[in-house]
Amino acid sequence: MSGLLMPTPDAETMRRRDEIVAGLRAIVPGEGVVDAVNEMRAFESDGLTAYRQLPLVVVLPETVGQVSRILKFCNERNIRVVPRGSGTSLSGGALPLEDAVLLVMSRFNRILEINFPNRVVVAQPGVTNLGISTAVEPEGFYYAPDPSSQIACSIGGNVAENSGGVHCLKYGLTANNVLGIEMVLMDGEVVRLGGRHLDSEGYDLLGVMTGSEGLLGVVTEVTVRILKKPETARALLIGFPSSEQGGQCVADIIGAGIIPGGMEMMDRPAIHAAEDFVHAGYPLECEALLIVELDGPGVEVDHLIDLVEAIAHKNGSTTCNISTSEAERLNFWAGRKAAFPAVGRISPDYYCMDGTIPRKELPRVLAGMRTMSEKYGLRVANVFHAGDGNLHPLILYDANVPGELQKAEDFGADILRLCVEVGGVLTGEHGVGVEKRDLMPEMFNEIDLDQQMRVKCAFDPNHLLNPGKVFPQLRRCAELGRMHISGGKLPFPNIPRF
Amino acid sequence: MTTFMPFSQADVLDAVIWALSEDAPLEIFGHGSRRGIGRPMQCEHALDLSGLSGVTLYEPEELVLSAKAGTPLIDIERLLARHRQEMAFEPMNCTRLFGGTATQTDKTGTIGGALATNLAGPRRIKAGAVRDHVLGISAVSGRGELFKSGGRVVKNVTGYDLSKLMAGSWGTLAVVTDITVKVLPAAEMQTTLAIRGLSDEHAVAAMALALGSSAEVSAAAHLPYGVTQRVASDMRGDEAATLLRVEGFGPSVAYRIETLKRLLENAGPMAEIGAQFSKPLWRDIRDCEPFADGTERPVWRVSMAPSEAHRMVLALRMETGADAYYDWQGGLVWLRMEAEPEAETLRRLIAEFGGGHATLMRSSPAWRAAIPVFEPQPAPLAALAARLKNEFDPKGILNPGRMVSGAPSAKVGETEEERSEP
Repeated sequence: MSGLLMPTPDAETMRRRDEIVAGLRAIVPGEGVVDAVNEMRAFESDGLTAYRQLPLVVVLPETVGQVSRILKFCNERNIRVVPRGSGTSLSGGALPLEDAVLLVMSRFNRILEINFPNRVVVAQPGVTNLGISTAVEPEGFYYAPDPSSQIACSIGGNVAENSGGVHCLKYGLTANNVLGIEMVLMDGEVVRLGGRHLDSEGYDLLGVMTGSEGLLGVVTEVTVRILKKPETARALLIGFPSSEQGGQCVADIIGAGIIPGGMEMMDRPAIHAAEDFVHAGYPLECEALLIVELDGPGVEVDHLIDLVEAIAHKNGSTTCNISTSEAERLNFWAGRKAAFPAVGRISPDYYCMDGTIPRKELPRVLAGMRTMSEKYGLRVANVFHAGDGNLHPLILYDANVPGELQKAEDFGADILRLCVEVGGVLTGEHGVGVEKRDLMPEMFNEIDLDQQMRVKCAFDPNHLLNPGKVFPQLRRCAELGRMHISGGKLPFPNIPRF
Repeated sequence: MTTFMPFSQADVLDAVIWALSEDAPLEIFGHGSRRGIGRPMQCEHALDLSGLSGVTLYEPEELVLSAKAGTPLIDIERLLARHRQEMAFEPMNCTRLFGGTATQTDKTGTIGGALATNLAGPRRIKAGAVRDHVLGISAVSGRGELFKSGGRVVKNVTGYDLSKLMAGSWGTLAVVTDITVKVLPAAEMQTTLAIRGLSDEHAVAAMALALGSSAEVSAAAHLPYGVTQRVASDMRGDEAATLLRVEGFGPSVAYRIETLKRLLENAGPMAEIGAQFSKPLWRDIRDCEPFADGTERPVWRVSMAPSEAHRMVLALRMETGADAYYDWQGGLVWLRMEAEPEAETLRRLIAEFGGGHATLMRSSPAWRAAIPVFEPQPAPLAALAARLKNEFDPKGILNPGRMVSGAPSAKVGETEEERSEP
């Protein structure tokens, strides 16, 4: 394992483990407290499997009251808590800590209300993302954000990570589709943000909570907006001789006022890996493959398909297939959806990155990656949410070769630095977690990070909730609270006064 | 009274540091078009951001625009229109509500004001509010620290979303100096379907049916009897009008209007309103034109579940006199009270009918000082908001008391202070 520094375990907490387990058992009876090592193994990692750690103890509450009492119990005894949903985080957001209680929300698995007139579903946080869509499917509705882990990932985890998916460009991220939550603060207080109505009466704490990676509070209920399914969806599969041409095609589609339901790009290594795996009929001679999906009424989709086809042709496309049936549309997607396991077949291990860049910088970033690939001696395949500039480079390595994991991580860090350099960001949808924590200073200076930590201080002043994630170094709240007015009084600032 | 007029980020920083060192609270505004909203403040000094103006980045193909906080919204709207794009959240223009006339078009609101107040228009139900479109900000906190958050790309989960925190914070946490927003293609065409003569209850049912269809309705409002003639349109007669806007590519709009007509064929008499009248119609609904009567009679903006709001209004009318019209599928109620704001009655009924929030958008300063302008929060949530305010503005120098009453500065002992003399 590479040199990831986590907060030093608190010896006092470790020593009191039996007492803590007993305390938790008094709150959650029966099988809701797991303290046997062999049973805790199931929880030692999340989707970022390079890192493993057994927690102090695992607790699986069933009621909001229990969550509140657990957090209050831990807060009063200065015990750290790591919240976990389905454990599909790709950035180590749910990585346990040796001295922390792992608070698993998977028993909160019920849909509480389906309300079609108001187009909302109220669900407990352990309900899966897909579970919400499935529940409203008979009436022709769905929940729009669809991260690729949607079969397994929980809606509470989606809130914590502000999850995306391939339809974000048109339908938004989790933050744009959640109307309300109930959450428990570290001191045990239960608060509700939003609800079935829109916008907030005060500060947009719902906006802050969404994507806060389990450091601010534990979500116990989620209200989401559901949408009516589009009447039809059709896709184009377009091949280009260069990524520049593919990128320009994407820009021209958007420039023409078209916002596709999905717009995905793959580079040559990813195309080949996917085609070898699922035989979707992808053209193998092209350098960039674009999938453009248009959804809406049939008359609109047909109109836009013609426009996109013309734009593709103008940009030098070498192939352009248009789906004429639902089976064909799904076949176009089959390769893209299987891209990760496909890459898994051609390499013992792969490391998935998640930077976002301004779309126009794509050729520069791809060229940079080719140079880095030579430098590190590791292959890289790219899948790319082309519509919103979110890159998923897959770095191929072999964990059994000493030093290769470290090389892959260094390679990944270099890619993310390049993303920031061209005006992009470290993570588009996977979160900072432990994975990109130490890269935060690439994007934010100390003052920027201080403001984010001050939000943390307002919610959890003792830094007990999910420590070691997101922030390279958490400064003490008392220290952050000090005012520094350097230079003393400034009675005549040099700006116009009236 | 000193008004600072910064022309750069550095100027803003200077002014805030000065205010800190003098313990002199600042009122922060751009055009001042929304100054009449919120609790009256006792600020001796002001920070006028209207000099901090200009679009600093606009890349239509990347759907992104950055501007300084004081940039007039109309300048941005005109620039975007030249590239057939728009800010999809339809920022409200508050000038008419406060007695401004159509000729006073030079101070109709800034992008900073739009973010600080998060007052989105009719398309809120489909496209989101200002908070859903802000990608990044730079700001000076009440501690005199210049910071940034977010970026210029749509998909970004790097660190806490402080840009959203600024949305609807009414200038009480930080002075935002620069804003980056997502922009979107403007629809090629729009048509509004008007159904006439529906009761509030039937209108809400019709709107729910329309929004629950695949017609992709981009706005849904209901103007009860008597309100219809107070908006610009080609509608005749006083009877109620239930309005459904469809936007997009030409053939698609025509198809979806037909879909809606079939879906609602038994609802009532229908008419189509073309783009020429549809645009000013929705502008007037957005800007609360029906209650822009040149008075100070209290006007509330209430957000509730769409199915419940009209029931609350019915109950309210059993207790007091009020005019109402509905946007956001019925979930946004604009209320003009006959005499007094009746805050307690209104808020009791909102809670009774499933919850939501009411903001007193217009009223005399005396009433705004006497009753909570913004919906009071339960104690644990109010305490959390107060802690957040204290983190960003511990000495209460930024718009103190605009959102909630109470001591402007931090609780004694919570903030240690260090002063290093030069």
